[in-house]
Amino acid sequence: MNTPASSIGANSLRSGPDARGRFGAYGGRFVAETLMPLVLEVEQAYRDARADPAFQAELDAYLANYVGRPSPLWFAHRLTERLGGAKIYLKRDELNHTGAHKINSCMGQILLARRMGKTRIIAETGAGQHGVATATVCALFGLPCTVYMGATDVERQKPNVFRMKLLGAEVRAVRSGAATLKDAMNEAMRDWVANVEDTYYLIGTVAGPHPYPMMVRDFQSVIGEEAKLQMMQAEGRLPDVAVAAIGGGSNAMGLFHPFLDDAAVRLIGVEAAGHGLETHAHAASLSRGRPGVLHGNMTYLLQDEDGQIEEAHSISAGLDYPGVGPEHAWLHDIGRVEYVAVTDDEALAAFQLLTRTEGIIPALEPAHALAQVAKLAPTLPRDSIILANLCGRGDKDIFTVAEHLGVSL
Amino acid sequence: MSRIEARFAALATEGRGALIPFVEAFDPDRETSMALLAGMPSAGADLIEIGVPFTDPMADGPTIQAAGKRALAAGAKLPRILDMVREFRRADAATPIILMGYLNPILAYGPPRFCADAAAAGVDGLIIVDLPSEEADLIAADAARHGLDIIRLVAPTTDDARLPKVLAGSSGFIYYVSITGITGTRTASGAQLEAAVPRIRRVSSLPIAVGFGVRSPEQAATASRVADGAVVASALIDTLAADLDAEGRARPGTVGKVLDQVRALAAAVRAG
Repeated sequence: MNTPASSIGANSLRSGPDARGRFGAYGGRFVAETLMPLVLEVEQAYRDARADPAFQAELDAYLANYVGRPSPLWFAHRLTERLGGAKIYLKRDELNHTGAHKINSCMGQILLARRMGKTRIIAETGAGQHGVATATVCALFGLPCTVYMGATDVERQKPNVFRMKLLGAEVRAVRSGAATLKDAMNEAMRDWVANVEDTYYLIGTVAGPHPYPMMVRDFQSVIGEEAKLQMMQAEGRLPDVAVAAIGGGSNAMGLFHPFLDDAAVRLIGVEAAGHGLETHAHAASLSRGRPGVLHGNMTYLLQDEDGQIEEAHSISAGLDYPGVGPEHAWLHDIGRVEYVAVTDDEALAAFQLLTRTEGIIPALEPAHALAQVAKLAPTLPRDSIILANLCGRGDKDIFTVAEHLGVSL
Repeated sequence: MSRIEARFAALATEGRGALIPFVEAFDPDRETSMALLAGMPSAGADLIEIGVPFTDPMADGPTIQAAGKRALAAGAKLPRILDMVREFRRADAATPIILMGYLNPILAYGPPRFCADAAAAGVDGLIIVDLPSEEADLIAADAARHGLDIIRLVAPTTDDARLPKVLAGSSGFIYYVSITGITGTRTASGAQLEAAVPRIRRVSSLPIAVGFGVRSPEQAATASRVADGAVVASALIDTLAADLDAEGRARPGTVGKVLDQVRALAAAVRAG
């Protein structure tokens, strides 16, 4: 599914990262020396796997028969009518096995871990979607799995916690910091540094030390590759705009990357504005952060003037992270992707809008992308096309939404 | 000759290794950590590491995580930590001071200005946990310009093929992370150190200090005998933390208790 590196020219926006794992000034490998040899080992193993047709064939077979790819492209006609502007297409990655895009990368990485002879898997999770996807592939291959999850998220994502446990994973609640995704990632790194021989760290987003941002992007690019073909089949042309939500940025990178060299396609990443960008309660690292180093990479971070990392806030646990993948940081600086932010309330409204118009309950993460679609579509002509990534389903969020709507379940 | 070089040379003449105690700046407040820092040389510290708190200390165990949290709550900031070093230097011109922490606070300060200010304050070296040799060029030139050593870390996972690359251009001393794990958890055995240290000596003639998991006087003696120095951090912070009152404040005897522990460690290191 991935475009071979050899077909991408030097002037392509798709040629990164460089040998140091940099996208412009961003990315790199900022980890303790203890982890450095492991990170290099993952990189070598991934390069070997990527060059091996048998690996790609094995991955494609699992994606087709286990994950359920390709995911459909849906013309959202009632939503389009309601908004009264551009035609809206949804890439239905919420129909994947486990209900989100996360499994695309988990499947690739678990095959890599097996190839490397690793016998134990660790992961971090925010909303729990990546944790569930990791626990799922671990059950599929009979590997022990430990998932680190912030205690706050354990509380607000109970259904996913139970799912992970049913799948045989050990869920460790992390109580440091604000007890959310950032802290879960710290704890997963600490586990990895203490278990260097047998453990593979299965990172859920396009962040962390090189090669993770590149590797997770490659595995998620199946979203954009499929969507491109499907748009051509449906409309005979590419969309005018592609929209996706951004926490760490894996679903957005998966959608955007195959379109980066199609200059006519406007790309919009939607960060979580939480209670509002003017407050300190948001997760908009590109809109309101500055470059720095956290979790192994140089990227935009929410931080104070002393370089201490600030807590993020979003109603969506999956977007509640003070950093963003380094390739997004670069795409932001060069202006290829526009990054905007929508609030908790706007996302809640979009959540309900899609549910009522299309009969699809979206996760709160893509509800942010849909909120941007709802703002944008009425301003565009009726023959224009917006493609939005519906990267997860909302079953996990019904308790959070009920609480915000004042309903007790 | 730098302070670090001079100190290790003097210890070599004495025929013993260095005791390198660690103090987290501003834990639990400036006054207490300043008293610890000022009292350490006469308690037997040969070099001193000052911990610079960070919100996300990925290589640290619960003890140093908690210390960092207390320190940040007490207002720890890099300029204030450099102030502490300036104050220390008014009374002690010889004991090397090494700042240990993570990269982002230094990036926020700005590496060129930070290296200039740190050197002017009397800092001798930097240990930046999340700056492997692959990324060291981010600060190496600024550090060299101001005579600051960037202390390189070597881990059990650093194999022989990688070692020369990690140690290329290193100065000051080498910090051997003696276990695979976070601070204050496991301890390397004497036999493990006996195997690891010669591996590094074949590649570099710089002094080697052993850290991570060195807790007791016996362990410090072993580490400083097999290598050239022993770093003790979590064990000292545990003593401090155990003595804090219910509100997390130091008691009148807290500083004395920690310095007594430094004395016991120093005695063991001196006895070999």
